[in-house]
Amino acid sequence: MNGPIVDRRRLLAGSGALVVSFSLTGAFAEEQGAAAAPPAPKLPGSLEKSPYLDSWIRIDADGSITIFTGKAELGQGFKTAFQQIAAEQLDVPFASLKVVTADTKLTANEGYTAGSHSTQDSGTAIQYAAAQARALLIAEAAKRLDVAPESLHTENAAVIASDGRRLSYGELVAADFLHVEADADTKPKDPAIFKVMGQPIPRVDIPAKVTGGMAYVQDLRLPDMVHARVVRPPSYGAQLADVDAAAIEKLPGVVKVVRDGNFLAVVAKKEFKAMRALAAAAKWNETAKLPKQDDLLALLTTTLKSQDHAIFERSDPSVIGQKTIEATYTRPYQSHGSIGPSCAVAQFADGAMTVWTHTQGVYPDRAAIAEMLHVPPASVRLIHTEGSGCYGHNGADDAAADAALIARALPGAPVRVQWMREQEHGWEPYGPAMVTKLKASIGADGKIADWNFAVWSNTHSMRPGGAGCLLAAQHMEKPFAVPPAKPLPLPEGGGDRNAIPLYTFPNAHVMHHFLPDMPIRISAMRGLGAYHNVFSIESFMDELADLAGADPVEFRLKHLGDPRGRDVIEKAAEQFGWHSGQQAPQDRGYGFAFARYKNLAAYCAIASEVEVNRETGRARLVRAVAAVDSGQVVNPNGLTNQIEGAIMQSSSWTLYERVSFDEHRITSIDWQTYPILRFDAVPEKIEVHIINRPGKPFLGSGETGQGPAAASLANAIANATGKRLRDLPLTRKRIKDAIDA
Amino acid sequence: MMTLKVNGQEHQIDAEPDTPLLYVLRDDLKLNAAKYGCGLGQCGSCTVIVDGKAVLSCVTPVLLLEGKQVTTLEGLGTASAPAPIQRAFMEEQAAQCGYCIAGMMMRAQALLQRNAKPTDEQIRAELEPNLCRCGTHMRILRAVHRAAQLMDTAALAPAEQRRAQ
Repeated sequence: MNGPIVDRRRLLAGSGALVVSFSLTGAFAEEQGAAAAPPAPKLPGSLEKSPYLDSWIRIDADGSITIFTGKAELGQGFKTAFQQIAAEQLDVPFASLKVVTADTKLTANEGYTAGSHSTQDSGTAIQYAAAQARALLIAEAAKRLDVAPESLHTENAAVIASDGRRLSYGELVAADFLHVEADADTKPKDPAIFKVMGQPIPRVDIPAKVTGGMAYVQDLRLPDMVHARVVRPPSYGAQLADVDAAAIEKLPGVVKVVRDGNFLAVVAKKEFKAMRALAAAAKWNETAKLPKQDDLLALLTTTLKSQDHAIFERSDPSVIGQKTIEATYTRPYQSHGSIGPSCAVAQFADGAMTVWTHTQGVYPDRAAIAEMLHVPPASVRLIHTEGSGCYGHNGADDAAADAALIARALPGAPVRVQWMREQEHGWEPYGPAMVTKLKASIGADGKIADWNFAVWSNTHSMRPGGAGCLLAAQHMEKPFAVPPAKPLPLPEGGGDRNAIPLYTFPNAHVMHHFLPDMPIRISAMRGLGAYHNVFSIESFMDELADLAGADPVEFRLKHLGDPRGRDVIEKAAEQFGWHSGQQAPQDRGYGFAFARYKNLAAYCAIASEVEVNRETGRARLVRAVAAVDSGQVVNPNGLTNQIEGAIMQSSSWTLYERVSFDEHRITSIDWQTYPILRFDAVPEKIEVHIINRPGKPFLGSGETGQGPAAASLANAIANATGKRLRDLPLTRKRIKDAIDA
Repeated sequence: MMTLKVNGQEHQIDAEPDTPLLYVLRDDLKLNAAKYGCGLGQCGSCTVIVDGKAVLSCVTPVLLLEGKQVTTLEGLGTASAPAPIQRAFMEEQAAQCGYCIAGMMMRAQALLQRNAKPTDEQIRAELEPNLCRCGTHMRILRAVHRAAQLMDTAALAPAEQRRAQ
């Protein structure tokens, strides 16, 4: 047995029931997890921060088994994947397990569900915790049966002896059986004998979603729940000059108007109408504060002050380039564009605040909400409840704060806050605008001799670290200031995520111009800076291949040593039917791109075929073929779903999307002013080819497709038209203008 | 008070006549499937079927529905006894977050009720008003094709078999 067994038996004496002891155990595990010094050697995944097995697995005396994860299911399907991992490593039937996701009362603190970390961190923790739990169960059974552990095997939630004697897991556990620290030497099962992992097991959440079951926080209906709407200012920094709240409170069904400085909300018994009346009654003073939308290049590279960091340097003076080109690529602010606007339910009762929210980080958001309310975090509980897909930091955390602030004014009553479409579009923190400038030379050998890359960007995370990140707290009479932005550290990075090329160049110089000032509200959006950096690098690789007179796929392989990277490139090219000297049919083009997300997560290569209408400029993705290596595959159908989705979503960003604003207001406030991809632009075919790596660590794959999909599409458009487009989005008009130029 | 017929059942509704059907379905009848997405008729996540036609419930005042048959996803089947379209979406794993899916399914269902064998182009054209943000489009298309096949099989099967399914 490893690690000290804390003398909790005494602590728990008299508490009796397992359920009670568990909730205490959970709390202890969390505190100890936070305080524990990192044991050596390093524990796998999130076990590093929460090393106690009972933070991840609970086995009850009746044999029921619950798996805990601090990550939030956002529609990626990991809840099913984690259930597979636990079932495999514990040797229990898949359907017998229950998985509890992010809840500040029940689960470990795993920070944010972000950066394609869920399976890498939490899935890995569950895998090793489950494998160790199974070993402990075997050891316990060996003791009781007085046989050697090696003579025992596990099957269907029981340990079985060679003579047929059988002890169920439920019989083997005592209250704190799993309250032990993770053992760094634990060996998960040999992938060769996997029965559940690696299988395309259907997602556990889909049946409710396709039959109208309770599936989302929007569907939560608590007894005596009231409906609230926030009336947000019409623009950043607008001040509430006047509102006749009393007149609104007289309207039928209105329960209360809540005002705190510029924070304004109405609570009603029914959700329709009251908000419109309050919105009409509120008078605001606005200030012209926003930059010029059409000059992002100047804004980012000149107007905003930068902090400059050289983040990569390689030099070989013996290699000298002969032909040099340079190019500038831009990305506008882009919206997460969740189909369902943010929603939260909060209840303030007996001094405790409970919030049901689709936040990606129950613990950090709890800390921020507690700070806003001036109460200890322990008095606030956040329970993750699924919402519409968020793809990063959308309005979820803000809606949770809105609900908490309103609920505090109505003790006892569950308050449901539903954001309106224009609020989600107008107030969410967008994916930041970015500029990249590239310059490179080709040497006599046709290879890249030197490479210069510079990126200008805001931070890519303003997730609540404190109350100042929450809209409600910013708008209160005694407001919390927005905390200073910080660049996210490498190797994962933020604006510089994937800015360092994975290719090997003899001379390379990469600069990150970090922009602390944020004229537009921004935060994390799927892929962070990787989307634009990979778009830039992979577009430029094609420009250089063209300069060198080389085939784009061969040109990439010439510069890439990483064998797993080479494998996905070769796989995608082969499955697409890519060959050197190929010629696409009239008005069609082929494009290719590759990246390893963050240079440390999943590998992804995508080949695309597009069709361009030369009369209208309309580009349509006809076919995409992707190859992905995300290490050991847990659920191939889930992985395929993520990559298919990444290709579709990235195509939409790349072809259509741009947040628009005038000097006062955000003007892209619905689907007409912020158009996204519709069915008329859906390709004929998307293929995803998985390169499974049995026994290798899980590599996050939720965001790996965003960058390659964009560049592959842009390269195909260049191939079809002979024109290179470098400013996102690659709209019909821009393509048409380029063709006509 | 008005009478609203939803999923074959009559309900007495106490709502102002201009209340959009979506709010009545969600708040008065406590049905989950029709979703609030935009309130503007731009995204389709609130789609239900009224007298056989796909309708955007977020912009349809409830007063227009007296005497009409409203069908929501709940009216088609359940998780344990799914309708063909529900089975098809499960079998194709046609969801990521799933928020748009109920609306997609209702629009597809309306199509399949009037055209049992739609072409791929017809399905794409029909689904044009509905938005999906996760990028599940390819699976949605496959699921609608599969639903058409399942309905076709169900139509050929004897009634007892249909009940048993």
